[in-house]
Amino acid sequence: MINATGNPQSLLLLGGTSDIALAIARTYARRGGGLRVVLAARPGERRTGAAAELSALGCRVTEVDLDARDHASHAATIDAAFAEGDVDVAVVAFGLLGDAEQAWQDPELALELAEVNYAAPVHLGVLLANRLKDQAHGVIVALSSVAGERVRRSNFVYGSTKAGFDGFYLGLGEALRGTGARVLVVRPGFVRSKMTDGMDEAPLAATPQEVADATVAAVTAQRDLIWVPAPMRFVMSGLRHVPRPLFRKLPL
Amino acid sequence: MNAFVRNAFPAMPGGGSDLDLPHIRPSGIEEQPPLPQQLVEIHGWGRAAGAMSHLHGIESVADVVSALRQGGGRGVTPRGLGRSYGDAAQNSGGITLDLTRLDKILSVDAASEPPTVTLQAGVSIDTLMKALLPFGLWVPVLPGTRQVTIGGAIAADVHGKNHHTQGSFGNHVRSFDLLMPDGSVKTLDRPAGDTWDALDDDGRLFWGTIGGMGLTGAIVGAVVELQRVETAYFTVDTDRCSDIDDLMARMSTGDDSYNYSVAWFDAVTRGKHMGRAVLTRGDKAKLSQLDPKRRREPLRFAAPSFGTIPEVFPNRMVNVATAKAFSEFWFRKAPKHQVGALQNITAFFHPLDIVAEWNRLYGPNGFLQYQFVVPFSAHETFKRCFEMIVTSGHLSCLNVLKRFGPGNLSPLSFPMPGWTLTVDLPIEAGLDKLCDALDEEVVSVGGRVYLAKDSRLTAERFRQMYPRLDAFLAVRDRADPEHLFISDLARRLAL
Repeated sequence: MINATGNPQSLLLLGGTSDIALAIARTYARRGGGLRVVLAARPGERRTGAAAELSALGCRVTEVDLDARDHASHAATIDAAFAEGDVDVAVVAFGLLGDAEQAWQDPELALELAEVNYAAPVHLGVLLANRLKDQAHGVIVALSSVAGERVRRSNFVYGSTKAGFDGFYLGLGEALRGTGARVLVVRPGFVRSKMTDGMDEAPLAATPQEVADATVAAVTAQRDLIWVPAPMRFVMSGLRHVPRPLFRKLPL
Repeated sequence: MNAFVRNAFPAMPGGGSDLDLPHIRPSGIEEQPPLPQQLVEIHGWGRAAGAMSHLHGIESVADVVSALRQGGGRGVTPRGLGRSYGDAAQNSGGITLDLTRLDKILSVDAASEPPTVTLQAGVSIDTLMKALLPFGLWVPVLPGTRQVTIGGAIAADVHGKNHHTQGSFGNHVRSFDLLMPDGSVKTLDRPAGDTWDALDDDGRLFWGTIGGMGLTGAIVGAVVELQRVETAYFTVDTDRCSDIDDLMARMSTGDDSYNYSVAWFDAVTRGKHMGRAVLTRGDKAKLSQLDPKRRREPLRFAAPSFGTIPEVFPNRMVNVATAKAFSEFWFRKAPKHQVGALQNITAFFHPLDIVAEWNRLYGPNGFLQYQFVVPFSAHETFKRCFEMIVTSGHLSCLNVLKRFGPGNLSPLSFPMPGWTLTVDLPIEAGLDKLCDALDEEVVSVGGRVYLAKDSRLTAERFRQMYPRLDAFLAVRDRADPEHLFISDLARRLAL
């Protein structure tokens, strides 16, 4: 249960090695004792390292295998994640950025982005929602992106997957109303993380910790959609309505 | 299946169970239609951490059995009037049984010594007091509100202003009827043994259910021992205390000469007058102590209600200005020193019952009540906790300080000899840090917090606070091996 002061007892990270997901876990771990964390990710050094770090912060960590592209394994992943009890906050954090120019010309890479960033989150999202509906409490935190809000030429394959992702989780949040389960869609702008390593930084860039702080605050406040940083909301609100011929000319 | 049904109504000496209502016949249970499934939001009195749960209004024991069968994967939770502040009487995704319609007082035995009442568990203390007072009978333990059910009073082992002389509610329960997970009703009598090791399985189930937060089964009926009174009034001595040291000194030396003792303290004022308080202590008034006017109706139950708080208040109604104003008013309205004043039940016991739904004053975010006890030897820790609260910036108006007497055999019962303190804190950022820090102090000296008011403790801390937890778990696992009886509190505390 998320207790009266807003602290969850259990956390599930789908994409358990994501910088943002781990920042969320650290933030909750620092807030209250006895947090149980399920790290769902591909097995390997990164997952082991993340588990060790969270254990050192006082968390009880379980590692669960997650392979986004192996749809047949998803149900078992979710079963394993709930094996030790209710999940209070589930973060859907896995995703691929890919090389934008390669992605729209390489069918295999395009398919991989579509599967990892959209098809798998939809499949896992339905499995998660069924669990949360049964337990009648819990929050799905869907890490979307402003890239999906207005898809740009510069990374439109990625952007289109995030557009679908964003739409699915917003809709899922509506569908879950009245069941006790909730969805929070988080739309970060440019985040300095291993995903964006080596890229030129965009304006209003945020750190994973800033995204985590905003997310934790929004879960407590029971919000269903946030932008990080908050002013990004107004930037995107403007950009969304820029006419296509003009939008094409913007240096985005 | 038939054996299962018949178990629900075991043959009682003298024929028929106390709970066998005229319109329910065991043979009728099979034809009970499924209870309506309604997913509704329910919450504790603090209104924080609510839950969506299937709420079943229960009108008979047969209904309870029917609900148990439909339990599904998320179990069932008995619920009374919902005055527990936290999540003890809610069950996210599962079934919550509203037992308040099991509200019959079945018989009163006024001739025996002590007198007793046999009743269904959904009867409220308010109802019971009103019924008993005309006969000069008195409920021996009254919590801070009369709006609790007998079942809830047993399950939370509630205490009152007379804990130091009379113990908690469980001490006065002669027997109760427990609906078990298999649908049978077990009558459990208070065992003779006075140590845990001396108890047999039923004796342990008796004491495990007292304070057991509804996790051993649903209490559906009880026999409670009563006391005799000549009047419905109290003789009350009031003292204003200038600070926390003054208060603790007066309570340490004087409490034993009164049956009832409690202090309200100011948790807002800092500095020299930190911990200024109003100490009220008293005893039941005898007929000879009443003035002629009151003597005409000595057992009149005075319980005025000045209406209901509407649900219009925003968060932060309790702020620096209102908290200071309230604290000043509450302190000043008390006489500096008064001896032998006559007060009625409401004035002495339940000033908050005058206003219904007062929890709405805290706005939609709600509040939590933090009540802890530490042994008398931890005098300094107690004062440190007190100072942490006052200087935290979190504001509390309704603050109570008391001295507990000896606890009882129940492994999860809250009271133990020592100082206990209660504060009402609105839910605001940083409150978790304050409460965690308080937990740490409390645990370090072998103290604990009260489960009936808890909505935030972690399983680890809880285990440290209740060293007899394993005894309780053994009782519960024997009574309910599949953990059909569960609650959000139980999930949170890994019970």
